[in-house]
Amino acid sequence: MIAFILRRLLQSFIVMLVVALISFMLFRYVGDPVASLVGQDARIHEIEALRQRLGLNDPFYIQFARFIGNALQGEFGISYRLQQPVTELILSRLPATVELAFASALIALVFGVVLGVFTALKPKSAASAVIMSLSLIGVSLPTFLIGIGLIYVFAVELQWLPSFGRGQVVDLGSWRTGLLTESGRRSLILPAITLSLFQLTLIMRLVRAEMLEVLRQDYIRFARARGLSKRAINFGHALKNTMVPVITITGLQLGSVIAFSIVTETVFQWPGVGSLFINSVQVVDVPVMAAYLMFIAFIFVVINLTVDILYYAVDPRLRVHGIGAGK
Amino acid sequence: MSTAPTTQTAVAPPRSFARRVWDSDVFFSFRRSPVTIVAALMTLVLVMSALLAPWIAPYDPFNPASLNLMDGFTPPMSTSMTGNYFLLGSDHQGRDVLSTILYGSRVSLFVGGSATLFAIVLGVALGLTAGYRGGLTDAVIMRIADIQLSFPAILIALLIFGIARGLIPPSRHESMAVWVLIVAIGLSNWAQFARTVRGATMVERQKDYVSAARIMGVNPLRILLRHILPNVLGPVLVIGTIGLALAIIEEATLSFLGVGVPPTQPSLGTLIRIGQQFLFSGEWWILFFPAVTLVLLALAVNLLGDWLRDALNPRLR
Repeated sequence: MIAFILRRLLQSFIVMLVVALISFMLFRYVGDPVASLVGQDARIHEIEALRQRLGLNDPFYIQFARFIGNALQGEFGISYRLQQPVTELILSRLPATVELAFASALIALVFGVVLGVFTALKPKSAASAVIMSLSLIGVSLPTFLIGIGLIYVFAVELQWLPSFGRGQVVDLGSWRTGLLTESGRRSLILPAITLSLFQLTLIMRLVRAEMLEVLRQDYIRFARARGLSKRAINFGHALKNTMVPVITITGLQLGSVIAFSIVTETVFQWPGVGSLFINSVQVVDVPVMAAYLMFIAFIFVVINLTVDILYYAVDPRLRVHGIGAGK
Repeated sequence: MSTAPTTQTAVAPPRSFARRVWDSDVFFSFRRSPVTIVAALMTLVLVMSALLAPWIAPYDPFNPASLNLMDGFTPPMSTSMTGNYFLLGSDHQGRDVLSTILYGSRVSLFVGGSATLFAIVLGVALGLTAGYRGGLTDAVIMRIADIQLSFPAILIALLIFGIARGLIPPSRHESMAVWVLIVAIGLSNWAQFARTVRGATMVERQKDYVSAARIMGVNPLRILLRHILPNVLGPVLVIGTIGLALAIIEEATLSFLGVGVPPTQPSLGTLIRIGQQFLFSGEWWILFFPAVTLVLLALAVNLLGDWLRDALNPRLR
């Protein structure tokens, strides 16, 4: 167990180091950091003095070490475009993205499991057939078209829900939440559904496949023979055993949720980290791009690590077979 | 189909190429699946109309001389004030929506196709090398592929696009945009091909024909390209087709986000981005028709890929 976790930790560490290297090269070699700091009429020796002072003439590894040291302290420099510290910018945009991601993960998990169980228990009903074919369409439609479609139906035609922004927000110290106001909650609905649809179909198909598999097992037949109630069999025995892959996939997909939120945030003009990143790419705001890259990589690494350890905790078989069985 | 010749085929005239294709297993499964035939026809129609856009488009939407702002916002199937007829309506600049779609799918298909081709060449080359060499080469290439596969393709493409933007001088952004996009999408998709080809190569290199070639002193490059490559291409074809659909959607998403092709050369994604601005004012057709075209294109190519996977997979027969 300890060896397993240590090995995964080492792998995560290497991934972070590689990403940091890419970030650093981006930072250092894409665009001239000095040119963005000094004015048009700076003299050459002034520029040279600044280079010296900023340590840009130091050897590569020293600069890289300094970059990592700064990154560990959450220091990524100043955005070229907005002239604000990057860390501050990202932190101020983070609550919007986190609320959106969690709302959509919740929707995906709840509806995914419910619909998956339903289609597995009643595979021949008409409702199941409809749900399954709808899910196929959901997978093949690009996210941004789903968002636009929802806007057209619910914001333009029916005028039930707002089509952009976060609505009214409340400051809770450093966390700015939209969950406490009516308009904030209403604004969250459409983007959260858009973001959740892909995960929802994925979870649903997974739960369905796993349930169908489990329901064929001998211990289910045995449970039926013992005269257990349908509910106890379906939920206590069958569903419980389908949860391991569902947890894994949901966890691993959380990273994709954050990535897809770039698209959703653009469609709904949601003021989150994703739209910050897109705007930075458009104008090559290198410090923000580098910081976002590190940030996303960190989230991915933490998620992967957590899922691996959770997997280990949830599935006792892995513990018996040892380390090699999982991956 | 190269079974031992029976007495009957010995006397009968050799079957024509068309006949052999018609009788082949793959084509048989094609004939049996109406969905696939529809998908193939749809793909054919969309690809042909994109290729022939300059000849079949009713208007030239990128020639400022032929544009008339008075034609703007003409609804579908109606004639504008200046007497021009627009089957699918016109946009805010008076451009014919049908013509922009025809030219737009041309850009979408070109970028998607080139990006997929690039991803295939890169992925197959690295996969063959990793699978054949093994050891450290294999470990390094596959770790990179693993890391990349754990990030969504769109994120990687965005990042590469951003880096390229920083490296290319601003004056050349517009002219280079399409190529940057192709490289970005291609680089974000190579890992899948590398992984598949590497697995297949590791199986093939154990086989006797490869050992025989090696003992005969055939150059390793030749073994890879002439002996192993043809035997690992089947799955590449399948992933490539599905990858094409994904690349088209990826390009549309990037263009929709405003980091794709320049507005002077709109793809389907750019057209959707433009159309979105008029959603609230009721000019739905500017958005609707490009969106439908994109969905049909992606769906048709996807269905073809699904069919190919089933038809080429011997385990399902």
